[in-house]
Amino acid sequence: MENIVELENVYFRYSGSDEYALENITFKARRGEYILITGPSGCGKSTLTRVLNGLIPNFYEGELKGKIKVAGLDVRETPAYIMAKHVGTVFQDPENQLFLSTVEREIAFGLENLGFPRGEMRKKVENILKMFGLQELRNRAPFELSGGQQQKVAIASIIALQPEILILDEPTANLDPLSAEEVLSLVDKLVKELSMLAIVIEHRLEIALKYSTRMIIMDKGKIIADGNPREVILKDEAKRVGIPKVVEVYRRLSLEGVRLRSVPLSPSEFVTFFLEEVMSNGK
Amino acid sequence: MANKENVIETKNLYFAYEGNKYILKNINLQIKRGEIIAILGENGAGKTTLIKHFNGLLKPSKGEVYILGKNTKESSVAELSRHVGIVFQNPDHQIFSETVEKEIEFAMRNFGFDKSYIKERVEWALRLMGLEKYRNRSPYTLSIGERKRLTLAAVLSYDPDILILDEPTAGQDFLQKERIAEMMNLLRHRQKTVIMVTHDIEFIVNRVERIIILAKGEILYDGDKREVLTNLQLLKKARLLPPQITQIAWLLQDNNIEVPTNILYIEELLNELLHLCKKVGLDESARRIQV
Repeated sequence: MENIVELENVYFRYSGSDEYALENITFKARRGEYILITGPSGCGKSTLTRVLNGLIPNFYEGELKGKIKVAGLDVRETPAYIMAKHVGTVFQDPENQLFLSTVEREIAFGLENLGFPRGEMRKKVENILKMFGLQELRNRAPFELSGGQQQKVAIASIIALQPEILILDEPTANLDPLSAEEVLSLVDKLVKELSMLAIVIEHRLEIALKYSTRMIIMDKGKIIADGNPREVILKDEAKRVGIPKVVEVYRRLSLEGVRLRSVPLSPSEFVTFFLEEVMSNGK
Repeated sequence: MANKENVIETKNLYFAYEGNKYILKNINLQIKRGEIIAILGENGAGKTTLIKHFNGLLKPSKGEVYILGKNTKESSVAELSRHVGIVFQNPDHQIFSETVEKEIEFAMRNFGFDKSYIKERVEWALRLMGLEKYRNRSPYTLSIGERKRLTLAAVLSYDPDILILDEPTAGQDFLQKERIAEMMNLLRHRQKTVIMVTHDIEFIVNRVERIIILAKGEILYDGDKREVLTNLQLLKKARLLPPQITQIAWLLQDNNIEVPTNILYIEELLNELLHLCKKVGLDESARRIQV
């Protein structure tokens, strides 16, 4: 399949700053990938997503260099509203994204803008409300919801538009663990069923890692690791972003001479790999 | 009358915004000086509404809240906030100064602290939260994680007895979380009472002793950390997940492997796993393969 994102030797510097926020970034991605991007605060993760959705250079001024193709378009030559059709972004702070009087209208808004006929729109809104368990809140005002509920509404209203590329900037920061699981597994479903490209920025690797097909670690504006999550999570670079407990158990066991067949990304994978090992050697 | 030993006490606390359903129902809590507590619960369970009662921002519709023995109905927010520092989930709800430094100074000036003392405390708080290089910046130019640490610094600087932190680790990277953990150690040594509202189960495993679970405005459980975090049914009811280590123990148990299910820490789990390996001779054979 062909790349839907192609960045080559991309540099970006915010105006007024001496340092590059992105330095020599080469990043290619296809539909169907679930890419987890992580790295310390200020490493350039959010800046990278702004290049992908065209907020750079459309809203943030600065010096942008390099080859950029997102959904076949160069963000420098494409107005933001066209980019928005291809790239859906859920920002860190949901409050800034919600502005309508009810949850239902919030979800309908984007669809209305894209000119969906009324009947079809109703159906879609209904589906999304159900998918996210928001039916009971449909008539509530977003601003009176809890932080986590707001985050769900923000994600729901973007997913309703079914963009080819979905960017989630710390989507689970304010969600309870089960809601976080629900949201990330829903994204996983969308990636598989609609062959979307999902780019998820997260610090909570214990929740996000198991869905990812690829993991990227950034630091000081550069990509310092990129690849299969089972390999990247064992690199030294990963120590800086916090290794989930399941991976830690894997490492400690292998230090004791017990080698599992692969690096587990979730407790259930760990148990599967561990039992295989114990059973095959036990006989 | 309130019990003198408790720094926070609630008696049959009910709360509703005018004319609406109760958001908090019959909350009875006793919190002693020096306790480090986590409040857990799904989104919308009433956690933030509850902590707003601890500095008098909200007053109960029914029942009483006592802070350091004093009924909140008889004290002002200004009075209470000298003793109770709250850091809210969204830092933008409490930031308003022109510079980072001024933001930290603000409360201390209001409390009439001495100028040189304020200076000292500002330095201390900037360092503690890793914000020194931003001292002259406008808070609004900081990232949301940095703004959150700024509100933490502002509250820590005036040294209240009780600290209430709403989602302190949300949006913080690994190193910043470590910083927050260090800060909590410091508070523990200084016998401060710390209450954190959080979803970050992995973070609290090593940081708190007592856990209160709220569900639909009521206290579902109030008890020892290990009791709570290894009680699967209870956690499920509150839409929470156990720590990964505990999940592994439970999953092994599901597969008819004998492992205690009240495991919380990595060392406990490793002991069990290595014991299992020994039983089937895995550790020996595996070592041989390696050599």
